[in-house]
Amino acid sequence: MKRNVFITSLTMIAAFLILYGSAAFSGDVKLLRMATTTSTDDTGLLDYLKPYFVKETGIDIQWVATGTGKALKLGENCDADVLLVHAPDSEKKFVADGFGLNRNVVMYNDFVLIGPASDPAGVKSKNVKECLSAISSKNIKFVSRGDKSGTHQAEQALWKASGLPVPDKEPWYVQAGQGMLTTIQIAAEQNGYTLTDRGTYIKYEDTMKGNPPLKILVEGDDLLKNIYSVIVVNQAKCPNVKSDLAKAFSDWMSRPSTQKLITGFKLSGKQLFFISSK
Amino acid sequence: MNFILDGLFQAIQLLIRGDGETYSAVSATLKVSTYSMVVSLLVGIPLGFLLGHHDFLWKKHIRTITDTLMSLPTVLVGLLVYAFLTSRGPLGEYGLLFTLEGIAIGQAILAIPIVIALTATAVESIDEKLRITLISLGADKKQVFYSTIWEARYGLLAAGMNAYGRVLTEVGIAMMVGGNIKWHTRTITTAIALETNKGQFEMGVALGLILMAIAGIVNFSLSFLRNRS
Repeated sequence: MKRNVFITSLTMIAAFLILYGSAAFSGDVKLLRMATTTSTDDTGLLDYLKPYFVKETGIDIQWVATGTGKALKLGENCDADVLLVHAPDSEKKFVADGFGLNRNVVMYNDFVLIGPASDPAGVKSKNVKECLSAISSKNIKFVSRGDKSGTHQAEQALWKASGLPVPDKEPWYVQAGQGMLTTIQIAAEQNGYTLTDRGTYIKYEDTMKGNPPLKILVEGDDLLKNIYSVIVVNQAKCPNVKSDLAKAFSDWMSRPSTQKLITGFKLSGKQLFFISSK
Repeated sequence: MNFILDGLFQAIQLLIRGDGETYSAVSATLKVSTYSMVVSLLVGIPLGFLLGHHDFLWKKHIRTITDTLMSLPTVLVGLLVYAFLTSRGPLGEYGLLFTLEGIAIGQAILAIPIVIALTATAVESIDEKLRITLISLGADKKQVFYSTIWEARYGLLAAGMNAYGRVLTEVGIAMMVGGNIKWHTRTITTAIALETNKGQFEMGVALGLILMAIAGIVNFSLSFLRNRS
């Protein structure tokens, strides 16, 4: 009896797995899988570009939108064919370690420091260094992504560039561990400051019907440039990745016609991404 | 506060308008929960029967372990399944990562201990005299199994509904193993997480209500069947 039950269950599981397997294998061959950062997805840029890419190249594309840290990890584990990310230092290390090929800078926007309209730290129109010094010396709430994402890494670099220790346990320093829009909401709830990419901020402004509680206070500083690159996952490390499709995507992103599409992508009449002059 | 009421209206609108994204998430959720429930019932009920019906060495310990596994954190299951399904993992060659089938494997792991433990409890609670009567009437082991399961059917229904509730509402596995890919592996729960992250709370509430409606329909149908039988 026991044996019968056991064998029956095993057969069922096996049958099920075979069904699974065949379903997985019968999938589209020309399918490109991308790991990317939340900002490209949350703003709607990828949804906007996808139909053009599919039409012009005949390649279908799916993406997993997560922080740049996890996106690079997915690349390391061969779970994505191509990456669209924005953390230059980590990316260079990723390529130097042999996980990726052809880091291709495709577009940029910039980071902005946002805070309550009342500006309790008095940082409006100052530069990044003065702004961060004011926040830390006055112990005013600063909400950090705290998730190893591209924005989090950029923020850590800003503290260092301003000659300040990167905060960690300070009571005014809140490490959200969440995506960009959630982090902005936490900052808004706590009347604090945060660093965001401009694209996500415009999306937030758009969601708040153009009247958000947090305003852009510091912008335009050279330190605030936010660069997005496409990286093809190295086939030498990951034999199963479709590097030809990945290369096709990378090339397509650099085409003048695509770059024109990127600059034409607007929310509330504002351009979110700029093409790279390299 | 307003977004809760707005969410209700939006839920109705989405359903009436036949919103493609919503229906895609509903279909992904239904598929993946059906797959995982089929597997967990097929595996869990026989094992639960063995655990409840027979006496053997270490039985108590195995019960304790199964009961503990009922509290498996979904994020942990997600990570473990990811470790097996990633291209670098032992099952990487099957290409199950970022597929509905991959999510179903994780959810089955979540549901099986629930089905086992609650089936065992249901079987144990059946009068010992039933077994003796059945055997004295000359029933073979197969007949004992089917009769016991039949007598315990309400307990099994509860086991299934419990497991279904867990599978339907989990988000950790679907996010980690499925990757929340639009039109493919975006389930209702991962869509709720995404909309909430995007600050579109009304949409989050709307999708949550739709999920509740699905659970409601399933439970009503089951209790209808139960009353008829």
